[in-house]
Amino acid sequence: MDGLRLNMDWLDYSILGVYFLVVLGIGFAARRSIRTSLDFFLSGRSLPAWVTGLAFVAANLGAIEILGMAANGAQYGVATVHFYWIGAVPAMVFLGIVMMPFYYGSKVRSVPEYLRLRFDNRAHVFNAITFAVASVLIAGVNLYALAIVIEALLGWPIWLAIIVAATFVLAYITLGGLSSAIYNEVLQFFLILAGLVPLVIVGLASNGGWGGLVDKVTANKKGGEGFLSAWGGTGIGDVSSPMGANWIAIVLGLGFVLSFGYWTTNFAEVQRALSAKDMSAARRTPIIAAYPKILIPAVTVIPGLIALVEFPKLGAKSGDFQYNNAIPLLIDKYLPNGVLGIAVTGLLAAFMAGMAANVSSFNTVFTYDLWQDYVKKDRPDEYYLRVGRIVTVAGVVIGVGTAFIAAGYSNIMNYIQALFSIFNAPLFATFIIAMFWRRMTAAAGIAGLVSGTLAAAFVFVTSESGVDAFGLDKPLLFTFGSALTASFWGAVIAFAVDALVSVVVSLMTAPKPASELEGLVYGTKVDHGVVTREDKAWWRSPVTLGLGALALSLALYIPFA
Amino acid sequence: MDDTSAPQTDDTAGADASAARLFDIRRIIGGLFVLYGVAVTAAGLFDGDAARKQAAGIDINLWTGLGMLALGVVFLVWMRLNPLTPPPPPEQADGTHDRPGGPEQH
Repeated sequence: MDGLRLNMDWLDYSILGVYFLVVLGIGFAARRSIRTSLDFFLSGRSLPAWVTGLAFVAANLGAIEILGMAANGAQYGVATVHFYWIGAVPAMVFLGIVMMPFYYGSKVRSVPEYLRLRFDNRAHVFNAITFAVASVLIAGVNLYALAIVIEALLGWPIWLAIIVAATFVLAYITLGGLSSAIYNEVLQFFLILAGLVPLVIVGLASNGGWGGLVDKVTANKKGGEGFLSAWGGTGIGDVSSPMGANWIAIVLGLGFVLSFGYWTTNFAEVQRALSAKDMSAARRTPIIAAYPKILIPAVTVIPGLIALVEFPKLGAKSGDFQYNNAIPLLIDKYLPNGVLGIAVTGLLAAFMAGMAANVSSFNTVFTYDLWQDYVKKDRPDEYYLRVGRIVTVAGVVIGVGTAFIAAGYSNIMNYIQALFSIFNAPLFATFIIAMFWRRMTAAAGIAGLVSGTLAAAFVFVTSESGVDAFGLDKPLLFTFGSALTASFWGAVIAFAVDALVSVVVSLMTAPKPASELEGLVYGTKVDHGVVTREDKAWWRSPVTLGLGALALSLALYIPFA
Repeated sequence: MDDTSAPQTDDTAGADASAARLFDIRRIIGGLFVLYGVAVTAAGLFDGDAARKQAAGIDINLWTGLGMLALGVVFLVWMRLNPLTPPPPPEQADGTHDRPGGPEQH
């Protein structure tokens, strides 16, 4: 079982140790900037766009993302780029250009709070509670994922890894709040690249460069030509691509519903933009994040392909050669002491940042949207600051609990990931209609959310996802081709049900008066705040930057069509 | 519904005050990457054949170390050339500490 155990020496451990000290140092230093609850939960809305932008991409660049996308690279090949170029970039650009003015301009402090202003308390409470529950569960899964990697690589017992990582995350968020989380995310972004870029360079060099890798993947028994084409074999009724999805499922399911649901309504992401110092910086946050996002497949998908050709046993159901271990296996094989320490530090940093993003958004929603609005109103601000810190501790403790639950299942990660990405899909339907159709009523807000979420859960249980999750022999009702395509179609169905119910209920109930929709709906006056002269420069225009990101994604598809 | 009970006097500048108090992340990134860069470069200088052989014949420690060192220096120079200054106070009177105000709440 020690096939994956890394040969860490004193230098590697020193690099790791210094990082943990710096993480705590950031927490203590950020603590001094906190006077109000807004400082704690939204960094006092003071951060520059490059910081919030990198934090935006890093909050997503967690454990499951890096190891999972490398695993997808090994399992599905180049088609994995869909998760980036169509499954992320368009939604990020849309968030920045179209939706951010409503979020930032209405001065909401969270995504659920937008629903309170646009609809009423019902939609607000429903969304706040679902989000809070989902956040701690995902934090627990992140924590567990981290622990199994630490166990495999360093030989620490799982419980020790969970406690150590949770303690550090707890310490730096309780001390420094969102500023601390965001600063650590920016640092983590550069560290993970410093670890992965050398891995890609060595991996390519040892396989004869990109050309050599292409030849080896084509000749590989588990690979083949299909592994090198993003759109090949995705014709309707004639699907032969390794991913098993046709182009409609990719474009509609992944590119539209799943991706827009995740990127535009997930508060763990949107919160980074809300902490920006002004409207221009807030709008540029997801768009600045889109550029690194476009390039990240180079350090996730390529290692996946390298692992495919380097390890013939890769793809085992359990043990060291599972797809998820593609990157750890390559680190073990290629990196000598020194860079090894950097790579391990980068991975652990990514795991902790992923969890920290969940915790820092959870404490905000719990404190502002549930505690302040419905439990203890009208207390002094220091009270809510204190509640935020206590809730952070509670959130991490529950996260540790759910991590131990996750440890009881063999591969729960994929399912929880799929489950919650489907939960986001109906939310996006509600938001997009809410922002563009004044007529949508408060009753439609709650009806759409509940029916969409139920539809998503129904499809999940009765399709391939349910087969995997509950160990059934065959799907109860729906057959989509694979668990992956089932989550694409589940998202589309949830979106459609939510949208339909929202429209029908709106037509049967009375809309809110126009005066209450100011700044919340397209066509009303949005408060853009002060626009500085610098922000008028063309290279700071969200539209220009956004179109640039879309053009780059499109251009990158050409060589991999 | 506003935080009427909180002292408004010293915090009217809101975001600017927070920005001024918050330290510059470029210092941390720059410092840490210079430190790591030096350590990994040094490791690269003393690497034997075994390390090179493991990394497909590349002096990967040396190059990674130099790369990290360069990035660290870039951050420190950027900070020196363009230091963090609080932005000019916004003209708007409503500040940033208000709860978003829907006309009807609760």
